[in-house]
Amino acid sequence: MAESKLTHRLTIPLCAVLLAGVFLLCVCAGSVAIPLGETLSVIRRALLGEEVTGSAAAILLRVRLPRVCCVALSGAALSLCGAAMQGLLRNPLADGSTLGVSAGASLGAVASLAFDLTLPAVPMAGTMAMAMLFAFLSLLLILSLAFTLDRSFSTHSIILIGIIFSMFASALMSLVISFAGEKIKSITFWTIGSLSGASWQQAGILLAALCLASLVLMRLWRELNAFAVGEENARAVGISVRAVKLTVLIVVSVLIGVCVSVGGTISFVGLVMPHIARMLVGPNHRRLLPASMYAGAVFLLLADLAARTLLSPIELSIGVVTSLVGAVAFVWIFRATKGGRR
Amino acid sequence: MLTARDITVRYGERTVVNSVSFHVRPGEWWMLVGPNGAGKSSLVRALAQAVPYEGDFLLEGVPMRGRKPADVARVMAVLSQQHAVQYSYTVEELVRLGRYAHERGFLRHMDSAGDEAISQALRDTGLTDRRHASLLALSGGEQQRVFLAQVFAQQPRLMVLDEPANHLDLKYQQQIFGLIQRWLMQGGRSVLSVVHDLSLARRYGTHALLLNDGRSAAIGPVREVLAPQVLSDVYEMDVFGWMRGLLSPWTQEE
Repeated sequence: MAESKLTHRLTIPLCAVLLAGVFLLCVCAGSVAIPLGETLSVIRRALLGEEVTGSAAAILLRVRLPRVCCVALSGAALSLCGAAMQGLLRNPLADGSTLGVSAGASLGAVASLAFDLTLPAVPMAGTMAMAMLFAFLSLLLILSLAFTLDRSFSTHSIILIGIIFSMFASALMSLVISFAGEKIKSITFWTIGSLSGASWQQAGILLAALCLASLVLMRLWRELNAFAVGEENARAVGISVRAVKLTVLIVVSVLIGVCVSVGGTISFVGLVMPHIARMLVGPNHRRLLPASMYAGAVFLLLADLAARTLLSPIELSIGVVTSLVGAVAFVWIFRATKGGRR
Repeated sequence: MLTARDITVRYGERTVVNSVSFHVRPGEWWMLVGPNGAGKSSLVRALAQAVPYEGDFLLEGVPMRGRKPADVARVMAVLSQQHAVQYSYTVEELVRLGRYAHERGFLRHMDSAGDEAISQALRDTGLTDRRHASLLALSGGEQQRVFLAQVFAQQPRLMVLDEPANHLDLKYQQQIFGLIQRWLMQGGRSVLSVVHDLSLARRYGTHALLLNDGRSAAIGPVREVLAPQVLSDVYEMDVFGWMRGLLSPWTQEE
């Protein structure tokens, strides 16, 4: 057992090294391959505030780096949300979208794309601002619905309300799409998830949201462990069950709202990667939450790399890659853990 | 230690616990007994603040409603009827959850008294060598002992146990009940437990509350409450005769 504890301890530093390696690979590789030495020197000079010129520098600094940063941050965020929700709801099928906020955010984005809606006086791109606004409104609606239907916020009620709200938002989305005319293609592309046009500004927003959310959730690792064992047990050992539940739900929803507004609904990362992290470091959230973030970031980076290089010059949607790989991975995990009990 | 005043629990229109009152003093082991559906578990869940209730529970004289769960958990530990474990926590990780209410502030992982309490709880429940085993690899009886170890690690003054003998074989029933009894005798401590096995209730309890249809049918010293006539009225059968009959094949052979 001492041996497995050692591997548990070593996993997180190894994950960090792996992430750094994959990150550099994704920055260098692409339709125009840039040698590692040149990449590192451009990054170093840009960090030092020097003027960097040339086509390689332009590709790296304006296109590839912001995109790769957004991909890594989104992957980490989605997977973190999944791990927290699977623990909180004691359900291996939960992820950040379980509460329905991501469906609401998608609705906002789709409406903005279809009808060219924008928020006046908001400097960000219209789609992103609308997605965030709708995510926030959905969260309010879902929580007040939960509050009226079941004041104790039982796990079953949360999952049911999430499913109902997601279906409702999807129906509205279909309705919007049927009025969208020739914008259908861009809407479809957006709904499957894509980070192709990601900017530094979006990376900054993602980073801020991820930092805040991971700080809050990491401080709740004990509480999440207790919830993962059972809600009655959590109450018995002295946890303020409702307060913790509300905190986790709100934090996850905010983070998911930001993720969806930047990259659309990228499925399977939040569902599958926490399971893989759990196989590596065990179910203790103290290690599981950071391990999930690393696993999600690495997975989404590789998925994005595959999306833009496999059929180059055609670019696949990242959501297609994650769903294809994720579905196969899920069957494998299900087999390995005999029904997700892990 | 614990006073219950006119506790009523309703699920929708149905009243499952109807105006029940009792008073547990230090040194007493109260047995909550009664037929299926009498309201025993509902009463325990109300005490655990897991379901809404009317009336008041006073824990060491202070009303429990609205108190911080961690403040309550330092005095009272609850063993609820367990459901299937979902993830592969180790025995030690689960027992350590019992220390939650004692760990305070930023350095809450530096709970050295906790390490000792956890080791002691594992020793007492015979789990020391399963310390790093996964819960999913344990039998039902072993899992029950792990949750009991968590209750011991919590170092409460009042233990509330819903069916502590669940899944336990006879050896561990004897061992665990003996353990709880020794724990109780250290002074200033009380136990309230739901027990189906009336012979266990009679053997270990000091007091009993017999529930029937949500109402308190009899309350007081265990000898009076678990008297054959009282039991036969509530269970609508000859309880004593049945239990004597169960033992008769052996007694006849002797």
